Amino acid sequence: MRQARLQNLLTALAVPFLLEGCSGAILSPAGPVGNAERTILLNSLAIMLAIVIPTILATLAFAWWFRATNKRARHLPDWAYSGRIELIVWSIPALVVFFLGGIAWLGSHDLDPARPLSSSGQPLEVDVVSLDWKWLFIYPDQGVASVNQLVAPVGVPLHLRITSATVLNVFFVPRLGSEIYAMNGMASQLNLQADEPGVFPGLAAHFSGDGFSDMNFEMHALPAADFTAWTTATRTTGPELDEASYRTLLRQTENVKPYTYRAVQAGLFDAILLQKLPPGAGPRTGRPNASVSPTREK
Amino acid sequence: MNSVALPADSAGGEGSRHVHSHAPGHGAGGPASKRIVVGYGFWIYLISDIIMFSALFAAYAVLAPATAGGPSARQIFDPDSVAIETACLLASSFACGMASIAVSQRSMKWTQISLLISGLLGFVFLLFELHEFHGLVARGFGPTRSAFLSAFFTLVGCHGLHITAGLLWLGTMMAQFYAKGFRRDIQYRYLCFSLFWHALDIIWVAIFSLVYLVGMNL
Amino acid sequence: MFGKLTWQAIPFDQPIPLVTSAVLIVVLTGLLLWVVVKGYVPYLWKEWITSVDHKRIGIMYCLLALVMLLRGFSDALMMRSQQALAFNAPGYLPPEHYDQIFSAHGTIMIFFVAMPFVVGLMNFAVPLQLGVRDVAFPTLNSVSFWLTAAGALLVNVSLVVGEFARTGWLPFPPLSELTYSPGVGVDYYAWSLEISGIGTLMAGINMVTTILKMRAPGMTYSRMPVFCWTSLASNLLIVAAFPILTASLAMLLLDRYVGFHFFTNEAGGNPMMFMNLIWAWGHPEVYILVLPAFGVFSEVISTFSSKPLFGYRSMVIATMAICLLSFLVWLHHFFTMGPGGDVNGFFGIMSMIIAIPTGVKLFNWLFTMYGGRVRYTAPMMWAIGFMVTFALGGMTGVLLAVPPADFVLHNSLFLVAHFHNVIIGGVLFGAFAGYSYWFPKAFGFSLDERLGKAAFWCWFVGFYVAFMPLYVLGLLGMTRRMQHYTQPEWHPWVLVAGVGALIILTGIILQVVQLTVSIRTRARRRELTGDPWDGRTLEWATSSPPPAYNFAVLANVDSEEPYWGMKLRARENLQLSAEPRYEAIEVPRNSPTGFITAFFAVLTGFSLIWHIWWLVVLGLIGAYATFVVLAWRDIVETTIPAEEVAREDRANRAARLEALRAAGRAEPRRAQEALA
Repeated sequence: MRQARLQNLLTALAVPFLLEGCSGAILSPAGPVGNAERTILLNSLAIMLAIVIPTILATLAFAWWFRATNKRARHLPDWAYSGRIELIVWSIPALVVFFLGGIAWLGSHDLDPARPLSSSGQPLEVDVVSLDWKWLFIYPDQGVASVNQLVAPVGVPLHLRITSATVLNVFFVPRLGSEIYAMNGMASQLNLQADEPGVFPGLAAHFSGDGFSDMNFEMHALPAADFTAWTTATRTTGPELDEASYRTLLRQTENVKPYTYRAVQAGLFDAILLQKLPPGAGPRTGRPNASVSPTREK
Repeated sequence: MNSVALPADSAGGEGSRHVHSHAPGHGAGGPASKRIVVGYGFWIYLISDIIMFSALFAAYAVLAPATAGGPSARQIFDPDSVAIETACLLASSFACGMASIAVSQRSMKWTQISLLISGLLGFVFLLFELHEFHGLVARGFGPTRSAFLSAFFTLVGCHGLHITAGLLWLGTMMAQFYAKGFRRDIQYRYLCFSLFWHALDIIWVAIFSLVYLVGMNL
Repeated sequence: MFGKLTWQAIPFDQPIPLVTSAVLIVVLTGLLLWVVVKGYVPYLWKEWITSVDHKRIGIMYCLLALVMLLRGFSDALMMRSQQALAFNAPGYLPPEHYDQIFSAHGTIMIFFVAMPFVVGLMNFAVPLQLGVRDVAFPTLNSVSFWLTAAGALLVNVSLVVGEFARTGWLPFPPLSELTYSPGVGVDYYAWSLEISGIGTLMAGINMVTTILKMRAPGMTYSRMPVFCWTSLASNLLIVAAFPILTASLAMLLLDRYVGFHFFTNEAGGNPMMFMNLIWAWGHPEVYILVLPAFGVFSEVISTFSSKPLFGYRSMVIATMAICLLSFLVWLHHFFTMGPGGDVNGFFGIMSMIIAIPTGVKLFNWLFTMYGGRVRYTAPMMWAIGFMVTFALGGMTGVLLAVPPADFVLHNSLFLVAHFHNVIIGGVLFGAFAGYSYWFPKAFGFSLDERLGKAAFWCWFVGFYVAFMPLYVLGLLGMTRRMQHYTQPEWHPWVLVAGVGALIILTGIILQVVQLTVSIRTRARRRELTGDPWDGRTLEWATSSPPPAYNFAVLANVDSEEPYWGMKLRARENLQLSAEPRYEAIEVPRNSPTGFITAFFAVLTGFSLIWHIWWLVVLGLIGAYATFVVLAWRDIVETTIPAEEVAREDRANRAARLEALRAAGRAEPRRAQEALA
């Protein structure tokens, strides 16, 4: 309880900074992972501020009080050692680190992105591929896919397998918590959950080239019934994602508007992951040529 | 007898000449002698070089299993050739050691002969290495074939480059002894060269054990 | 004939780089012409370019850093203005250009501002503090500097010919591989850093040898000034870390030039290995930069509190602890790669443990001021500003070391704010403190204090206005390196950050004005005693600027603060110690080796970037020839006769005696004041 109050206090302190912009902020998470991470963040901050603020104040106070013109200040021109103070200055940061280390150790295990969430219910599986410069989301159990749009039911854990078809990238929905790398030939595991319906901005959090800034997606957290309706509707419209259309998708494109695929060729994600499908080919045009200064395909 | 411990009160006057004193440099007697400084500095360079090699070793260890369908270590190494290669390099180091004795004896003839032998053996080592590389590339197992081969060629090739640079240095050293005799600064340089040459042996022993021996027995 | 190089490589169609480079070329040509016309060439050649004097080389390092700071900061201004304009709009810098700018900004600020600045300060001050005549290898020192300058030159050439990397300041593969970056940008980056990295490595070897093997008689390890200790730690880190950078970049270059597969997506390459290797260099690099700054602050706070440093032994232990621990934390740069709870937990805790010795240092500086007589000079202002700012930056760093917190803050502007907080607040403030502290030692006249303090306040306030908003933006989920964005809640904070950058700009302008004004009025700023700040370490025991041989006679060190002891004795007796017996001194002769090596390095680097293979061969032959010519020198030292040493030292002693007597006359009055 007290911890919660402390947190509220800290949030209240931080909020004046953030008043207008709470949406999208990692301080207003919409799921259990983000919530736990915010708690750890604020607790750690509180523990450290308890030391850092007095230190800063003491710095200013000492510097002011012991100014050369202050005749009332004590003058100890040769004082350079005190065992007791040495002991204190080593033990204060050591104690802080001891506490924080505990938090870090427990937190790294509890919130390991690969660890399944403890909530009940079967997780929704989503396979994520980062491309130049868009996100592909494949729903293996639903047999559909979407680009730059992640749709998931509220209150149901999400299990994401994330890989990259080109360069390194990072998958991140700030309001849900935990970002993780997307790497070619490897699948990173991430477990998330949205507890409230809404549209949360998602982004690429690792620079990936010229089209990087537009490599955003929307995470739609829908009530369960709406999610089912969405999958049903999606199955009826749009193109099909097979090897050929994937190869088209693999080309560098920018600022891609969200759209969906009504069906997905089985095993496509594994083919990308196991590098049976080639990685993206990079830029093809340039000024004066690509081998001197590549430019984006417009 | 060389430890010039300066009397505490007179260091000021004496000290000015002691840039080249024989003090060990631990603070008691002022700056160390030129020989110690040069040797010490070169040791630190060698440490940094060994750290660079350890980065290459690390890369090799990580990439050794990444054969990408190409050959693995066991399939490409020729134990006989590596054995001869190693023998050449070790013998070259031995000859370099003989040269050190000749230098300390001020024997120009033996210095030059030993250095020449050392250099020739190093050159033979290089030829073997080039032959091995050439053979691999000819069989389609060049460094672009797989990450494993990239790492192998880089690690061994980097050592080969060091040997090449060492041979250039050795030639320069021979010319310097010939032109300038056993001058003190030339001797310091020779000290550095011999440290370099022996260090390359140590690195080769590591390559021999960790790349070739381990690779052939995997 | 010219490889990939054609006229089209020059960006005639892109006004911003074209105009910038045109202006630069005009300014440089003008400067060169002015130097030639005024007849300064022989002076520059003899006294600076070929100088192997560690003080001159240190000054040139710092000058390089200051010039490159202007370049790096203009990149920063462009980034801030682009982001200010690019809310729901493309801004004025297309991604192709913007990506080069943030990459160049980081590369330049770390490798060509922060590095040369701290290396320069160490070069200048360490041999003086050790009480010796020069570094261990003076000619090598000159080579180191010129190679660093060569790297800086190549980075700037990329502005005019071709392009710079668009991969960020660390070129993570596979983005930096030929497939995704087919241009010459990454090659410019890698060759510049290979060349300057070798320079830095040699500087590190030189400095380690100097500190361990060349100290004034009696200066045991426990009597070494703390700046020398932090320099030792920093240079040990250089020796241990820079070879890893050299190797990693070499592997990347092999991938790019001859199709190897170290870090490619194909054929078993492993991009994650680059992350590990580059951060195995990169994290120690942070401490390479900040440890010397800690040393400067230790000297400055002690001097201007008129007290010995509090807890000397603690400081030394803390320094060496940081030195060791810095190699055990690199993984915290990629907690979000999913290495698992145990690994993340371990590296998180190791990263926090570094905060312990760092915290100890902060407290020890605090207690150094306790009971002191704090004088508010410009160096001291930087030091106090640092203590406040660094406490904050260190805290956010520890926060990022908590893996679950990093899971939401990694790569965000929160991270950007954190490392600017420690690099500006720690390294740069330290460099500026050292610059204003040792400037009178280097040139014999002081910098204008009023302008210096004004510059400090602009930097200090500007820093907070520019970077506190970035913390907020990080919490708002804004990631780094965005060329444009659409989230309205970010925009106001980005604008505030832009204002902060303008305040910092004012600070930089004030620094330029300060330097100009101080040089123009140097006649009345002349300081003859060599001890303007009432210093405590040996560098203040000689004249300003010190002679080529630093000290007429080597001091005999009998305590932690030998010069302070000498001064106390002199004040008691109202006279200097007895005049020593002067002898002739041998100093190393000037050598153009460094300059020529750098010339060939630039030639080789440039031709490698553009695949001009015959020129590569020529460059390498030239470098070898330089080596042979250097090796063939017969006379490596010149002798300064005893009479000259005596004359110079007597002049300094006269000034000191005069100052001592003046202080003695003032003393009774001061004593009365103290009683009252």
